[in-house]
Amino acid sequence: MNPAVQFVHDQLTGQKEFPKFKAGDNVTVNYKIIEGGKERIQSFRGDVIKRQGSGNTASFTVRKISDSVGVERTFPLFSPNIDSIELNKSGRVRRSKLYFLRGRSGKSARIKEKRMATVAGE
Amino acid sequence: MKGIIGKKIGMTSVFTPDGKQTPCTIIEAGPCTVTQVKTQSTDGYNATQIAFGDRKEKHSNSALNKHFAKANTAAKKFVKEFRDYSIEKNLGDAITVDIFSEGEKVDIVGTSKGKGFQGVVKRHGFHGVGEQSHGQHDRQRAPGSIGNSSDASRVFKGMRMAGRMGTDRVKIKGLKVIKIFPEKNYILVNGSVPGHNGSIVLIQK
Repeated sequence: MNPAVQFVHDQLTGQKEFPKFKAGDNVTVNYKIIEGGKERIQSFRGDVIKRQGSGNTASFTVRKISDSVGVERTFPLFSPNIDSIELNKSGRVRRSKLYFLRGRSGKSARIKEKRMATVAGE
Repeated sequence: MKGIIGKKIGMTSVFTPDGKQTPCTIIEAGPCTVTQVKTQSTDGYNATQIAFGDRKEKHSNSALNKHFAKANTAAKKFVKEFRDYSIEKNLGDAITVDIFSEGEKVDIVGTSKGKGFQGVVKRHGFHGVGEQSHGQHDRQRAPGSIGNSSDASRVFKGMRMAGRMGTDRVKIKGLKVIKIFPEKNYILVNGSVPGHNGSIVLIQK
């Protein structure tokens, strides 16, 4: 990235610690909403179907099935309205953009969980 | 009027405190040097000439080098004149981004990106034929009629047609200054500005 753009990012973006997540992972996004002058936190749990962009402009899209209707929400990664992101499950997928999930429902829309190898004795 | 010469660095976005994502352009502006002060009595009008960007003396001609020597400055790349400069500046003074403040509305002048030879749909916003059927063959983006037959018997001047597009001087008015970094000479303005990254822009008010 251009060093000048990097400099501006470092100056103006709040540094936040998020778990490492990628497409196929199941996450819960806790984001702030303002309702009648009051701020509260709402959560959105679903599968990440894409991560997009770099630096300050990066964003990700989460898809979930709500009342048998598919719902997608795109969040800017560094938005001050994002309170926290929790990683629930990491999925085993073979592509970075999971748009094929939009055409699927039920069993075929599931993502297999990634099994991590564990070192013996731990 | 007040103004400064700068270089477009690139675009990014910043967040407002209430969480809105705002597109913005980073411009590296100044420091510029005043190379001439024109006055009503000596030149017939009031103006301030400022210069930006260093270059080697051997790459600038001797007439310019002597002009720069009067202001006691090294050879510069770009020289621009601003009429009726509202800030009092003397020969050799430096102009930095400090002349602007955050939240101020500024105008940006630049040279737009060259688009090459373009048709009327892209160049003038014609709507094209609009449909592919009913005998249109391959004329979807054609300009249509350019005039009348026997009465006139000619094409009027200024008829909009296909041709070279872009590399025009473009002024974008009323862009808001989002942030200024005086130590780096950076200025962030809301939205996009004309030209490619690295091109020269004027920031003025």
